[in-house]
Amino acid sequence: MLNKTDLIAHPPSTFKRPWLGVLLLTLGGGLAIGQVTAPQAPPASIPAAPSPVIAVEQPLNLAAPLPQTTAFINARIIPVVGDEIENGTLIIRDGKITAVGPADSTPIPDLAVKVDAAGKILMPGLVDTHSHVGGVNGADGSAPIQPSIRVYDAINPFDAGFRRAVSGGLTTLNIMPGSGHLMSGQTVYVKLRLIVDSPAGPVRNSSIDRLFITDDQGNPMGGMKMANGTNSQGPAPFPGTRAKSAALVREQFIRAIEYKAKLTAAKDAPDKAPPRDLALEAMVEVLDHKRVVHHHTHRADDIMTVLRLQKEFGFRVVLHHVSEAWKVAPEIAAAKIPCSVIVIDSPGGKLEAAELQWETGATLEKAGVAVAFHTDDWITDSRLFLRSAALAVRAGMTRAGALRALTIEGAKILDLEPRVGSLEVGKDADFIVLSGDPLSVYTKVEQTWVDGTKVFDRSIKEDYLYAVGGYGAGNPLKPYMCCEEQATSGLGYLRSNN
Amino acid sequence: MMKQLFRPLASSLYSALLIAPLLLSCSLTNAQVAIKAKTIYTMTTPGQAPLLDGVIIITDGKIAAIGPAASTPVPQGYKLITGAVATPGLIDARGTVGVSGILNQRQDQDQLERSAPVQPELRAIDAYNPNDPLVAWVRSLGVTTIHTGHAPGELISGQTCIVKTAPGTIDQNVLVETATVAATLGPWGQRAGNAAPGTRAKMVAMLREELTAAREYDKKGGQVPLPGSPESEQKTPPARNLRTETLVRVLKKQVPLMVTANNAQDIASALRLAKEFEFDLILDSASESYLMIPELKAAGTPVIIHPTMFRMFGEMQNMSLETCGKLINAGINVSMQSGFEVYVPKTRVVLFEAAIAAANGCTFEQALATITTQPAKLFKIDDRVGSLRIGLDGDVAVFDGDPFEYTTHCTATIINGQIYPGR
Repeated sequence: MLNKTDLIAHPPSTFKRPWLGVLLLTLGGGLAIGQVTAPQAPPASIPAAPSPVIAVEQPLNLAAPLPQTTAFINARIIPVVGDEIENGTLIIRDGKITAVGPADSTPIPDLAVKVDAAGKILMPGLVDTHSHVGGVNGADGSAPIQPSIRVYDAINPFDAGFRRAVSGGLTTLNIMPGSGHLMSGQTVYVKLRLIVDSPAGPVRNSSIDRLFITDDQGNPMGGMKMANGTNSQGPAPFPGTRAKSAALVREQFIRAIEYKAKLTAAKDAPDKAPPRDLALEAMVEVLDHKRVVHHHTHRADDIMTVLRLQKEFGFRVVLHHVSEAWKVAPEIAAAKIPCSVIVIDSPGGKLEAAELQWETGATLEKAGVAVAFHTDDWITDSRLFLRSAALAVRAGMTRAGALRALTIEGAKILDLEPRVGSLEVGKDADFIVLSGDPLSVYTKVEQTWVDGTKVFDRSIKEDYLYAVGGYGAGNPLKPYMCCEEQATSGLGYLRSNN
Repeated sequence: MMKQLFRPLASSLYSALLIAPLLLSCSLTNAQVAIKAKTIYTMTTPGQAPLLDGVIIITDGKIAAIGPAASTPVPQGYKLITGAVATPGLIDARGTVGVSGILNQRQDQDQLERSAPVQPELRAIDAYNPNDPLVAWVRSLGVTTIHTGHAPGELISGQTCIVKTAPGTIDQNVLVETATVAATLGPWGQRAGNAAPGTRAKMVAMLREELTAAREYDKKGGQVPLPGSPESEQKTPPARNLRTETLVRVLKKQVPLMVTANNAQDIASALRLAKEFEFDLILDSASESYLMIPELKAAGTPVIIHPTMFRMFGEMQNMSLETCGKLINAGINVSMQSGFEVYVPKTRVVLFEAAIAAANGCTFEQALATITTQPAKLFKIDDRVGSLRIGLDGDVAVFDGDPFEYTTHCTATIINGQIYPGR
């Protein structure tokens, strides 16, 4: 067993008494100190009984990790970029990876806390390019195009979905509004810093803002959610056909281009600038390639429509779900557009997914398309995200390609490759500790680390509850589900009291 | 007594007549099959070690021999299939495949009739579509037998049936025409607005009224003899009422009442009803059953546990990946189901649901039993399917590795000796 006692030992004990970590390592994992030092109160109780450092007014830079070097030794390491390392060492400090490599060529600093990870597999934290955790809802039913909507104004950080996500090894998410609109709003990229270290010990984050990934200007990063096909159709003012859907989108882009032209013209004369328009401002970010379009699309002809609009307006786009991408893989490859693929236990459930194939990942890979996976949580369960890659391998995808699709390819799609998605020196210390091969049903995610802080530990009772379920593991939030009213089958449990 | 026996006998004769041509056509094609596998889980005796380097001989759709390959010759002319692992054809203990179709459009959704909350007379055999692509989908993953039909969602939504997953007609594939009558307790079965039932207590009251009415009906003349039978000349029973007749069959323990109940109080209600009316109860879904283990043990109630990967919200919010193992280890008979899905995925696959159970508290053999021997015993079809024994149907799933591993393939599914492609 990995020595969990040491893995949790950032909090005040080791900070003030660096020798303690070493001592605990010597003693082995039998002590339950970790459970005492980590605040493991359920999220709901935090407002009522906070530890002194949890106060909401804490500055965001609270997340600065402690200056401690930790070396994970004797592990099998899958860095994703580079070959798998049979007996590897991973060294982290200040929330970053400072060294990774074979044991015999990776020296360990003298003061480092050593963690024996013999028998374990270390790989990068998983990147989910399409998630709905947090009980999100984006745009409302008043219009089909609502680019001013920001999904992060609607995320509940106490949603149990976050706890389940880290138990599945997820560390970076693109949280999106739904697919019931042509344009349902701005998405947000987050890191699951559910726990942050502080001089007084680890604390549980209570604000979604602290999960944001920010750009050079300090703004939260995110994309723009779009959809075509049947989900975004409906009674007026929603489009009733595919052609109408495309026409509405084209009109919106043309308005954005005109708005951008006015802004450009008024660059040196601010008094001549057009009035601020939050919707068009977000669209200009799309035109300027600051905001990637994440486009829900299933049917082959709908995929081709996205490619056609992309060509006309030049926005950056990622194709999501792509049930029928296997039919148009060469066209997607030629357009150099990446795909974020969902893997579902059976085809169908909606007309557009009736020809969904598990082979899609393999087909796209062979065609040279960049492929990532996503959970679409709650459509698939974040706790079982590794399974998506494994089923794709079952259907012909390469192991290396499937592991990349869980990590680095997702990072690229989200413009986060310099920070996350692989175990490389200088990148964020986001990694997971696995009990066995990542593609085996029997493998458990034992620990999840974000920015050098352990945010999930299966050996801790409360974390275990979220990992496997049980009384109190859920919450009464009704999860996001697009188009449930369109599902003609029994809605007994959907119309239930939640 | 005669009267009670007459109809099941008649219906099984009827089925036999319809199945006969199918068996004939099988024997003319490739119903002579031999399956060689490194490891064969026969599932004949609990705790028994698997048969290593074994062979299964299927003749005319039935298992004719099974034993070590070294001492079990493959007859001339038999089609030979080889694999790493062979198991009995898998049984899905509760789903809606074939009734709730792949497209999820009005024309292929027959799992819930919304016109009234109590309609036990609705037969699954009148709705099952053996040619729906999802039947082929689960078949390609080793599933050879499914208990399918009316979904949870109404107080009594209708009947269920048991079929083989081969293409053709329902009559060629049916094993049990009326396997259960399906009832729902808890919010899934409540109706919107001011319609009844709208509360838990109302649900139980309505069920009690229905079952009481059936009891009275039975007292007055009971189940009606078939027209033309000797008894029909002698009695003047009440006008036939299909709905009540079906519930009389439940009261006479000819058909179990399968109650979908998740929350602990709904499970308690189901047990209370079964005690009062003395019907055979099968508990379905049962997400909080881990809170009710002593009660379930005392009542001897079998459980068809919810799909392990069901979503955690609403009345499922307290579900656990470990419930299956907890119940089994407490001595409760547990079968695994694909369940009912209203959206994507349109069906789950019991092979995968059992796999997650195997990774979360069940042993390999316990998990495999939930999709083979346990449902076979539960529905009293273990003389046909569920294990690999001489005389049973030639239903086998063949794999190229551990059946539960994500990256293993089902390489062939064999039903009555007919070979279908795996995935």
